Amino acid sequence: MNDPAAGAAGLVAVAMSGGLDSSVTAWLLARAGRPVIGLSMLLWDQSERPRHGRCCGALDLGDARRVAQQAGIPHYTLRLDAEFRRQVVDPFVADYLAGRTPSPCVRCNTWIKFDLLLERARRLGAERLATGHYARILPGGSGVPELHAALDASKDQSYYLFELTAEQLAASLFPLGAMAKAEVRELARQAGLVVAGKGESMEVCFVEDGVREFVEAQVGAGGPPAQVVDSGGRALGCGQPYYRYTVGQRRGLGVAASRPLYVLAIEPEANRVVVGEERELLAPGLLGERLHWVGPEPASAGSAIEATVRIRSRHPGVAARIHPRRGPAREVEVEFAEPQRGVTPGQAAVFYRGTRVLGGCWIRGRLDAE
Amino acid sequence: MPGVYLDHNATTPLDPRVRDALLPWLGGRFGNPSSIHRIGQAARNAVEEAREHVAALIGGRPPEVVFMASGTEANNTVVASALAGALRSGGVGAKGAMGAKGAMGAIGGTGGHLVISAIEHPSVRQAAARAERAGVEVTRVPPGEDGVVPAAAMIAALRPDTVLACLMLANNEVGTLQPVAAVAAECRERGIPLLCDAVQAVGKVPVDTSLLGVDLLVLGAHKFGGPLGAAALWIRDGVEVESLLAGGSQERRRRAGTENVPAIVGLGAAAALAQEEVGGQLRPRQLAALRDRFEAGLDAIPGAIVHCRTAPRLPNTSHVALPGVEGEALLIRLDLAGFAVSTGSACSSGTVEPSKTLLAMGLPAEEALSSIRVSFGVANRPAEVDLFLAALAREVAALRRLTGVAAIPSAALAAARE
Repeated sequence: MNDPAAGAAGLVAVAMSGGLDSSVTAWLLARAGRPVIGLSMLLWDQSERPRHGRCCGALDLGDARRVAQQAGIPHYTLRLDAEFRRQVVDPFVADYLAGRTPSPCVRCNTWIKFDLLLERARRLGAERLATGHYARILPGGSGVPELHAALDASKDQSYYLFELTAEQLAASLFPLGAMAKAEVRELARQAGLVVAGKGESMEVCFVEDGVREFVEAQVGAGGPPAQVVDSGGRALGCGQPYYRYTVGQRRGLGVAASRPLYVLAIEPEANRVVVGEERELLAPGLLGERLHWVGPEPASAGSAIEATVRIRSRHPGVAARIHPRRGPAREVEVEFAEPQRGVTPGQAAVFYRGTRVLGGCWIRGRLDAE
Repeated sequence: MPGVYLDHNATTPLDPRVRDALLPWLGGRFGNPSSIHRIGQAARNAVEEAREHVAALIGGRPPEVVFMASGTEANNTVVASALAGALRSGGVGAKGAMGAKGAMGAIGGTGGHLVISAIEHPSVRQAAARAERAGVEVTRVPPGEDGVVPAAAMIAALRPDTVLACLMLANNEVGTLQPVAAVAAECRERGIPLLCDAVQAVGKVPVDTSLLGVDLLVLGAHKFGGPLGAAALWIRDGVEVESLLAGGSQERRRRAGTENVPAIVGLGAAAALAQEEVGGQLRPRQLAALRDRFEAGLDAIPGAIVHCRTAPRLPNTSHVALPGVEGEALLIRLDLAGFAVSTGSACSSGTVEPSKTLLAMGLPAEEALSSIRVSFGVANRPAEVDLFLAALAREVAALRRLTGVAAIPSAALAAARE
C-alpha cells in the first residue's frame, strides 16, 4: 500500500499542507495515473499574518494549490479550524495547565486527519486518503493491514499514528513510507515543484513563538510562581509558573544548586515542581491510560505482552512488558527491561514489535509513583 | 478543463467581440493617454471612446465617468471621500450642497454617520467597518426574509449627520434587486449622497442613473463580458470625489495612476454591446429563459428551494437550498463532474463560507451552508442547463446517501455562528 498505484483505481484524496512531503505525495499519485484530488485544511486561521513555514498559513495553502496545478489535479481547502481548536489546541493548553507535556500531532492525526478529513474525503467520493507521513502500511496475516515504521528510521513518523485503527489504515496510503527524505527532495526538484527548496515544518504548527507563551496567551494571564522542592519535600525556592516546566528539564529551573537538577514531577494542585538529581529521573516503568491497539490485541506471553516501547517521539525504544488493566479507563502498566529517564505525563508511549506498531497509550506517570 | 460554467456572478468569460476590440491594445497599439505626442493622443482617444460607451450605457454623461481598476476600488474611493469630508453632493434638497456638513464629517473620528445595507459587497461593508474603527457611526440595515432591504428601513436610518448612504442595485449572492430609486429620492431630498454598487446589475438588466436618481454608481467590466481590471465610478455632475491614491491628475484628479488602456477599451466595448443587447431586452430574456428552465427542473430534486423566488431578482441568478446537503461537498463534487458553481461570494482563503446575505436574511446557518449559487451567462445553452440538472440530482442523491440527514459538519456551523 506504499506503491502509489496499488489498490483500487478509485478516487484518492491527498492531504496537502503545502510542505515538501505532502506535495511529493500528490505528485507521485498523479504521476501514477490515479484519479487524485488535493485537500488542504484551514486549521488555524492566521490569514492576517502572512508568513511562510507554518503549515496552516495562507501562503502555505497557496503553495499547496500551486503544487496541485503543477501535478494537474484539482485542489480544495476545507475549513476545519473550529474542530482543530476543540480537538487539538484546547486539549494542548489543558495538558500544560494540568502539568502534562502534550503531543498534539498525535491528536491531530487521530481526530482531524484520519477521522474528520477522511470522512470529508469520502463524502467527496474518495476511496482512499493519502498523506505524506513517513510510515508504512503492510498487509498483515488474514488481510488486516499493519502499521509499520518508515524504512528511513531517521524520518519515521509512525509514533504519531499509533491511535489509528486497522479500518483507517485500510483507507489510507503513505506513498513516502519506503523513501528517504533525500529522494523525496530530489523528486520535487526533478518535477520542478515550487516547494522543492522548502525546509522542514515545525512540530507544533500552530505555535509561533514559545509554547509557554502560547499557553499564557490562550488563558489570558500568567500564573503565580511555583514552589520548587526536592524529592524529600524541602523547599528550594520559587521559580516560574508550574506549566512552564517539563519533566526531564534541566536548564532554567529558577533555583540555584551545587549539582545539576532536573524536573522530576509537576504538581499543579499544589503549584509545586519537584526537582532532583539525574538518577532520580530513572523510572522502572510507566502507568498509561487510553490504551489502544492498531489491530486486535496481541497475544500475551504469560500475563504480559512483550514489545519495544518508545516513550517520546525521538526515544530509541526499550524492551518492556505490557500489562493491560481491565476497565473503562483502559489503563496499562508498562515495565521497562531497564530503567528509563524522562517518563513524561502527556506524552504517548508507543509499542513496537520489530518495525510494526502494535499500539500505545498516553503516559499518566511513573509506575513506581503509585 | 472543459466543463459547464455557471458562476457568472463571480466573473464572466471575455466576450469574443470584446476580445477583438481590445487585442490591438495588447499588440501593436499602445500609449500613455497623458502623453503629448500622437501615440499618446491615440490612446487618449481610445479611453474617451470607452468613456462615451460607458456613459451611454447608464444614461450619464462622459465627464461623469471615472475609470478605476475594480468595483472595490470605486466603492472604497467613495466611502473614504465621504469620511474625509471631501464628498460634496449636488443634492437639490433643502440643505443644498453638502460641503459644510461633509467638511465637519469624520476627520479625526469625531463623528459622522454612514448608512449601509447589511447585504452590501464586502468592499462597502469592510470600508464601513474600517470607518467604524476610526470612530464613525455605522447603521447596517438588514434585508427582509425575501432578500430585499425595505426602502422605509433605509430611509428611517438616515440622520442629519449622515454623510453617505450605500445601497446595492442587485445582490451578488441571491440576486435580489433593491429599491434604490425610492431610497435615492429621499436621500436627494435631504442632501445625502447615495452610493449604488451596481456591479452585478449592469449588463444584465437596464440601469439608468437618471431613473435611479443616485449620486454615485459603480460598475465592473468583468461581470458582463469585459476584462478584469477595469471598472467605472459614475459621479453625478456637481458631486466631488477625492482620489484614493495620491499621484497624477488623471481622470480629472479623481483617480491617480496611468489608465489601463487595454482593459478600459474592453470595458467600453462590453458597455456598447450591453447597451444594444440589454436595452433591447435580448440579454435579460435570454438569461431568464436559462434560469427559468433550471428552476422548473429543480422540481425533480426533493426538498430543493429557490431563495427569494418571489422577490424582484436578476434574471441570471438562482440561489438554491438543498436541505440535508453540505454545500461545500456538493460544490466540490459538481466541480469534479465538470460543473462550476459557488456557494456564495468568492473567498480568498478558498474555503466555503456561509452566504452573508442568507445569514442577514435570518436563515439558520444550517440552511445557509446547504445552499449553492447558480449564475448563468449569455453563452450558456439550454442543453447545458439540462446536463447540470441531471448532475445536480445525481450528486445530491449521492451525498444524501453518504451522510444521512445531519450533513453539516459542526465546525462549519460553529464558524457560521461566530
